Amino acid sequence: MATKLPHKDAVIIGLGWTGSILGYELADAGLDVVAIERGPWRDPAVSFPVSYAQDELRYRLQHELFLRPAQSTVTFRNKTSETALPVRNWGAFMLGNGVGGAGVHWNAETWRFLPSDFVLRTHLTQRYGDKFLPDDMTIQDWGVTFDELEPHYDRFERLCGTSGTAGNLKGKIQDGGNPFEGARSRPYPTPAQKQPFSYTLFAKAARELGYKPFPQPSGNLSQAYTNPLGVKLGQCTYCGFCEWFGCANYSKASPQTTILPALVRKPSFEARTDCEVTRINLDSTKKRATGVTYVDTSGNEWEQPADLVLLCAFQLFNVQLLLISGVGTPYDPQSRNGQIGRNFSHQTVSGGIGFFDKDKYIFNPFIASGSIGMCIDEFNGDNFDHGPLGFVGGGYMGHVQTNGRPIQTTPVPPGTPAWGSAWKRAVRDNYLSSVDNAGAGVHASMYSYQTNYLDLDPTYKDRFGRPLMRMTMDFHDNEIKMSAYLTEKFAAIIKQMGAKQVVASPRKGPYDVTAYQTSHLCGGAIMGADPKSSAVNRYLQSWDVPNLFVMGASAFPQNAGYNPTGTVGALAFWAADALRSQYLKNPGPLVHA
Amino acid sequence: MFSPTRRELLTSTAVALLIAPHAARAAIVKGALPWTAAAADPPSVVRPGPWLYFTADEAGAIEALVDRLIPADDLTPGGRDLGCAVFIDRQLAGPQGRYEGRYMSGPFQAGTKQQGDQSPLTAARRYRAALAALDRYCRDKYAKAFAQLADADKDTVIGGLEHGTIKLDGTDSAAFFKLLLTDTQNGFLADPIYGGNKDMAAWRMIGFPGARYDYREWVERHNERFPLPPVGISSHPSWSQ
Repeated sequence: MATKLPHKDAVIIGLGWTGSILGYELADAGLDVVAIERGPWRDPAVSFPVSYAQDELRYRLQHELFLRPAQSTVTFRNKTSETALPVRNWGAFMLGNGVGGAGVHWNAETWRFLPSDFVLRTHLTQRYGDKFLPDDMTIQDWGVTFDELEPHYDRFERLCGTSGTAGNLKGKIQDGGNPFEGARSRPYPTPAQKQPFSYTLFAKAARELGYKPFPQPSGNLSQAYTNPLGVKLGQCTYCGFCEWFGCANYSKASPQTTILPALVRKPSFEARTDCEVTRINLDSTKKRATGVTYVDTSGNEWEQPADLVLLCAFQLFNVQLLLISGVGTPYDPQSRNGQIGRNFSHQTVSGGIGFFDKDKYIFNPFIASGSIGMCIDEFNGDNFDHGPLGFVGGGYMGHVQTNGRPIQTTPVPPGTPAWGSAWKRAVRDNYLSSVDNAGAGVHASMYSYQTNYLDLDPTYKDRFGRPLMRMTMDFHDNEIKMSAYLTEKFAAIIKQMGAKQVVASPRKGPYDVTAYQTSHLCGGAIMGADPKSSAVNRYLQSWDVPNLFVMGASAFPQNAGYNPTGTVGALAFWAADALRSQYLKNPGPLVHA
Repeated sequence: MFSPTRRELLTSTAVALLIAPHAARAAIVKGALPWTAAAADPPSVVRPGPWLYFTADEAGAIEALVDRLIPADDLTPGGRDLGCAVFIDRQLAGPQGRYEGRYMSGPFQAGTKQQGDQSPLTAARRYRAALAALDRYCRDKYAKAFAQLADADKDTVIGGLEHGTIKLDGTDSAAFFKLLLTDTQNGFLADPIYGGNKDMAAWRMIGFPGARYDYREWVERHNERFPLPPVGISSHPSWSQ
């Protein structure tokens, strides 16, 4: 039996990027706010200090900062005809845990999506006709445009201090930036990061092939920065321990380094850590949330009543909580009816390794940052003519190798024995003179399909006895064709750099839950203009329960060819703005269907 | 790293425990960032000494195996002298060996390759079963334990496990080979505090400078060999003993 706690104005489920942003904005608006976080408090000086943060075994191989599958996992199958089985150990994606969420362990690649990404179905059917898209492709417009989000992208970049080179300033194309980006109102807050040797070679090769390379927008800062909240970040030291790791140096943008120090000083805010929300409570009409129920580490159950519920957990757990709590209608892949669980997508990542002459090239791959690198955007979104190609979608590509950590980044040419002296010699001969983008060089979209979806597993339970999320997911021909096309373009650039051997690795099906791609799971509680085909409206407000807002990448109707966090941050500020300027003055649906 | 740590148990003036302090880790954070001096959770340094998980016979086989997977040559000493067997032993004796972080609830059933490992066995139990089966195989075929075989025979057996031409009874031989090879190479290449990579021999071999944390002066020094030797996380002398 849950013990009922005193009422709060707003309860936030999950204290990662979106929970921190919403927490700050609502506390700033004078609301009494509590954030309930499943994992522990994390602080750089304690959780990953500079004296031992550089530990590949602990943080990368043994997943120190991540959710344990023993706490909660998902089940997986490629097709509805199969029995889904639990993901017992993380593979294709990594799920964060604790204060800061995935914002602790991310690489801080801070992109904006293309203007056409937000009106994808309209744009593609206008350009290529009604018949061009596969019947089972369920892509949608977002219900919000790039121009509407631009000020909020800007706010997120100012919060983070993002380092980059503008490519389109108020419609004017800028040398050295991404000429394909949507018009930005201001330059990045800090200049782009410096680039080590191999990345400059990639840029030179790309220019020689007629492309326009630009530095990857980076939340690993090129210089010290004080953000609008007065929180200070340090200069990135290119340590090469970024993704999967926390930044001991306070130079990677994260909730810890940008917003939590200001948030905890808000007198009307408090966080409860190591407390897991088990459901959102609804009243008898199912049209109003009354608060949440959560369990602490001793197994005690608490009820937290609140006027406003902000669901700010990771994508999968947002969808799980909606389904378990009975919010909205579960998606049915046969009839395509229902909203919760539909349009589940991930990413189509591929790439390649270039092996260079060790007597001519010393790349020192250990000198890197999480979002180091030079990229091109010629093959992203609809930046190129898909008409003759028979697929849609695309991605950025670049030399974006984040590290030279020896357990995972010691590439050897194909045909090398897996062990023994020959293996050792190949590791030695190639470590300093190869560029390893096998799993990251081409970072492409995954569009949504009728049969890629989430629902509750009928068999497997989490530690509270709740059904696990069941993911049904496979690659479709469109993405396989796209990956083949893009990966060939990418390999040609690596070859142009001067590699003596290029080993390209286009993504192939079936979707494999053991092979890491990215942690960019999207959809399942998507935003849109129509309550029949979306879970939340353009302000991320639940169509069914108007005092519930659902943040994060669960709102993406399909994934674009970029890392999602910039857009997740922009959407959080966009929703916060709607809450402050509209909802709090007149609580109720912000969009009438 | 999975069992509750000092860090997770910390309290501070900014952290008020929700319920009985002796049982709880759940906490309220309000007004200031939680902070306690010396609350960090450094890794514990592996000490040489008796085997913690392996029996003497198992340890003999593992030392012989790692010494063929990472043979002594002009590049580095062999896997045994570098501590790879100690590394595996200490891992198996701890939470990693027990798969404490994994989802280990049933029902267990075989799935597709894309669905990943569905075995109910922990890493520690996989080693125990496979090493016993390996011993039976070698005594049956060569009338010796694996550790007593000539190097060429050892390599033939390892290659047979790798390529699936030798099937150890009651165990997934190819999966065991993969586990063993991954663990051995992890021990070879991980920080020496975990028992392997003695004297940072693997890092010296490839030119990895280890746990350094500031390359700002080197970012734009292109195509130059980084001159400094590797450093490890801990400077404790037991690294290299």
